[in-house]
Amino acid sequence: MAARFFGVIMSEAIIQFEHFGFQYRAQSEPTLYDINLSVRRGETVLIAGPSGCGKSTLAHCINGLIPFSYRGEMSGSLRIAGKETKEQSIFEISRHVGTVLQDPDGQFIGLTVAEDIAFALENDCVQEPELHARVLRAAKLVDVEDHLAHAPNEISGGQKQRVSLAGVLVDDVDVLLFDEPLANLDPATGKAAIELIEQMRQETGAAVIIIEHRLEDVLHRDVDRIVLMGAGRILADTTPDALLSGSWLRDSGIREPLYLTALRYAGVEIRADMAPRSIRTLRLSEDEKAQVRAWFSALPPAPERAARSPLLQADSLRFAYPGKDHDTLKGISLTVNEGELLAIVGRNGAGKSTFSKVVCGFETQQQGSLRFRGEDMADLSIKERADRIGYVMQNPNQMISKVMIFDEVALGLRTRGVAEDEVRRRVEETLKICGLWPFRSWPISALSFGQKKRVTIAAILVLEPDMIILDEPTAGQDYRHYTEIMEFLLTLRKRGITIAMITHDMHLMLEYAERALVFSRGRIIADTDCADVLTDRSIIEEANLKETSLYALASLCAIEDGRGFVRRFIDHERKELRP
Amino acid sequence: MKRSPIVTVVAIGIGAALFFVLGRFVSIPSPVPNTNIALQYGLLAFMAALFGPVAGLLIGLIGHALIDFSYGWGVWWSWVIASGVFGCLVGLVSSKLKLADGEFEKKDILRFNLFQICGHIIAWGLIAPVLDIVMYAEPANKVFLQGLVGGVSNIVTTAIVGTLLCIAYAASRPRSGSLKEEK
Amino acid sequence: MTNIFNYIDRPSPIHRLTGATKLICLLLWSFAAMSTYDTRLLVLLVVLSLLLFRISKIRIADVRFMLGFTAVFMLLNNLLVFLFSPQHGVELYGTRHVLFSLGGNYVITKEQLFYHLNLFLKYLASIPVVLLFVCTTNPSEFAASLNRIGVKYSIAYSVALALRYIPDIQREYHEISQAQQARGIEMSKKESLFRRLKSASAILIPLILSSMDRIEVISNAMELRCFGKNKKRSWYMARPFTKWDWLAMSGSLLLLIAAFALNILNGSRFWSPFL
Repeated sequence: MAARFFGVIMSEAIIQFEHFGFQYRAQSEPTLYDINLSVRRGETVLIAGPSGCGKSTLAHCINGLIPFSYRGEMSGSLRIAGKETKEQSIFEISRHVGTVLQDPDGQFIGLTVAEDIAFALENDCVQEPELHARVLRAAKLVDVEDHLAHAPNEISGGQKQRVSLAGVLVDDVDVLLFDEPLANLDPATGKAAIELIEQMRQETGAAVIIIEHRLEDVLHRDVDRIVLMGAGRILADTTPDALLSGSWLRDSGIREPLYLTALRYAGVEIRADMAPRSIRTLRLSEDEKAQVRAWFSALPPAPERAARSPLLQADSLRFAYPGKDHDTLKGISLTVNEGELLAIVGRNGAGKSTFSKVVCGFETQQQGSLRFRGEDMADLSIKERADRIGYVMQNPNQMISKVMIFDEVALGLRTRGVAEDEVRRRVEETLKICGLWPFRSWPISALSFGQKKRVTIAAILVLEPDMIILDEPTAGQDYRHYTEIMEFLLTLRKRGITIAMITHDMHLMLEYAERALVFSRGRIIADTDCADVLTDRSIIEEANLKETSLYALASLCAIEDGRGFVRRFIDHERKELRP
Repeated sequence: MKRSPIVTVVAIGIGAALFFVLGRFVSIPSPVPNTNIALQYGLLAFMAALFGPVAGLLIGLIGHALIDFSYGWGVWWSWVIASGVFGCLVGLVSSKLKLADGEFEKKDILRFNLFQICGHIIAWGLIAPVLDIVMYAEPANKVFLQGLVGGVSNIVTTAIVGTLLCIAYAASRPRSGSLKEEK
Repeated sequence: MTNIFNYIDRPSPIHRLTGATKLICLLLWSFAAMSTYDTRLLVLLVVLSLLLFRISKIRIADVRFMLGFTAVFMLLNNLLVFLFSPQHGVELYGTRHVLFSLGGNYVITKEQLFYHLNLFLKYLASIPVVLLFVCTTNPSEFAASLNRIGVKYSIAYSVALALRYIPDIQREYHEISQAQQARGIEMSKKESLFRRLKSASAILIPLILSSMDRIEVISNAMELRCFGKNKKRSWYMARPFTKWDWLAMSGSLLLLIAAFALNILNGSRFWSPFL
């Protein structure tokens, strides 16, 4: 500890991997190979990579869960604060490394905000009055001091994350480790989270390590280095500018920032000296700007949407949960057209999920009506509605109750008393549509997350609904799996199925949805083109969304019709991806 | 498989919360007071078979006591203790099973059910009524009949729900096998 | 949903007692009420508990819902005792004063009625105290209190975790059951018992498997924040004892001693006016 009094120590590595490798006990191959990485205090490092590349395992090595919770074989050396981790206890490591996990509810252990922040101090036997004083100080640091007595279900997802951060800031840690801090947050809250992380780095002088695949969102604030991982190895460890100007990202299936994709389409070569790390820092020469303008004007205008007949019509729906004094839905009127793919967006608690629950009959509106193909749905039971509108929950593990894929998909038919040979025919057909045919005799546990998601969609599709509602279909998925799921949904739409997705992912909405319904405080504040939504300041602010960087690129290149630019870009990209 | 003691602490907490939710909000009352078609015993048997006798004991005690507290009718200690004893007895089977490794074969089903049947018989046929007589001086024939009705319905519930949970959990554990895609 | 245990935050002398005190008093009091069948002491306990209820500023309206359950439970239990053992009072008190007969074995005796009166008084003596404990103790204080009265802190923390995650699990159960209903899973009375249990399993399996994942995440989060580092831990919600705490605990202890003393003086747990 005394060493910290000398300024030089500040620049010494707090984390040092040397030829480090790790293999889980239950696995036949190592998960990490020959890792060499050092992180100094005061640095911000982003670790990116596709699912299964080993980035979570790397994080577990840093915070001590490996080897203390997950057993396996380590090789090489990993020193934290100058000492080999295998010679320390997890308690010693925790003094240096504070971890904020991905799941906001799983790590909120206390019954109230204050107790959760106090958790580490309690385990350290810190006594009064120091205990209360330190909790209050940490709470003030992240701005939750007004919520100390609140229970976890009384605060928002963003606030929960702040509480988790306060819970590790009660100790003077040298490293702040964030595991996918942006998952589960709406776009504006995610932006605020990145700002807060940067502020904490400045105030504590700790090293910040962020594990995240949403590159563009993290780069909202400056990052010193990006460590790109793939197949258990470090592929690149360099500055954001250098990384973004290379081809590493596309090669490893990570999504690059949208404005860079646009520049590439326009034929502009991306170089490190353009400072491509953020749209704020990006510098383009006049020639390059002209190149973008030329590309824009050469693109055909985005086609108008085809007229379609209405499928689902909601008229002034009003709904309040029992015991709540305010309405969760305050008069929702909307039309979903046949064959459409639409996005439902808005901050948490805006009424998006409640609306889908009312549509599916899980909850009953106090006022207003729902019509499906013109027929009033009031008298339809949950089961009857499910024959028309299927609902797919966010987490497939919450829906799967059978061991075998076939039985899971057949469940809905069997409970409806369909004859067994008919069940077999329809399940087999559905499995083929969903690309699950090769796995038909596998147990579900052998599938990947994305495949499980398909199973849950298949289990809904087998009932032959005309419309499905999906809650966050791609949450937590890397770019490759995300694309896989979305392309699959597009094939369903081609078969005439109407799709509504509830999502926080602005890329997803821009790229795939034809129309966006924006919810805010129980009302619909916009029902229009996705490009219009993400370029309209007042909607963005009201609904906690985030302006797309394409819009900023357009104004950087002096293109007046920013909205048109976004539209044509999307249209072009759809053609690029799916000629 | 060796488990961190923290996992057991958390399993007891979550197990008790599940026991509470099932017992308080999901059970179907039967005509005899104090006895339910109680899904929570299927859950308790599964958790005990996975996490062992100490976890089983504590999930039963904490979960049942919390249910009584939430109704406000006073904690009926004799039945709370019986729930704990049942959890503990079923937990004894955990050392003979390899649920966490994904194994739950026919002989394991028999073993699990043998333990749960014995557990229920001892808990509801012996512990609960005897404690009722000692602690509350209730008439013997009443408490033994209550115990019998409760015990039999719990055995049936556990045999179906508990066994299904064990099978589903074992199947969800990753196992290295040789699965091939079919065309 | 947030307040299943009906904690009512309304400052009163009872609220100001620490959770540990109230837990100890609850245990001593319940044990006293459970062990004695001396009507005089039971009446005293009833009067005292109603008095405490007054002091706590908890209103009947606050606990009406819980009282409803209790009343039904109490009546049914009394009825069952009578149906199964109409001569239980005679056996306990050793005398027989017949009032009238309902036919067969169902002869109403003074002893039986007296036994039922005592049963009734026992409920009245213990239920208000349980309600008081539930309504005036902040759930957050509960785990700290358990640890203070000697329960190992890891077990006390299990209780805290249960209280923490009950609302989450309740919500998850609700969501899963809705989604499964849409697929045609039914638990209604129309179905046979066997099918109902199978349906219940279709909801329980996803709930329990996702709870197993939850256990892993929570364990990791606790491990990373040093749970189990020391033999002891401090509690944010713990408060120091005041003289009122000591007073309450001594009072409850006296009642328990009185109950034991009466058992010895009476020669049995059953005080009889018939001798």
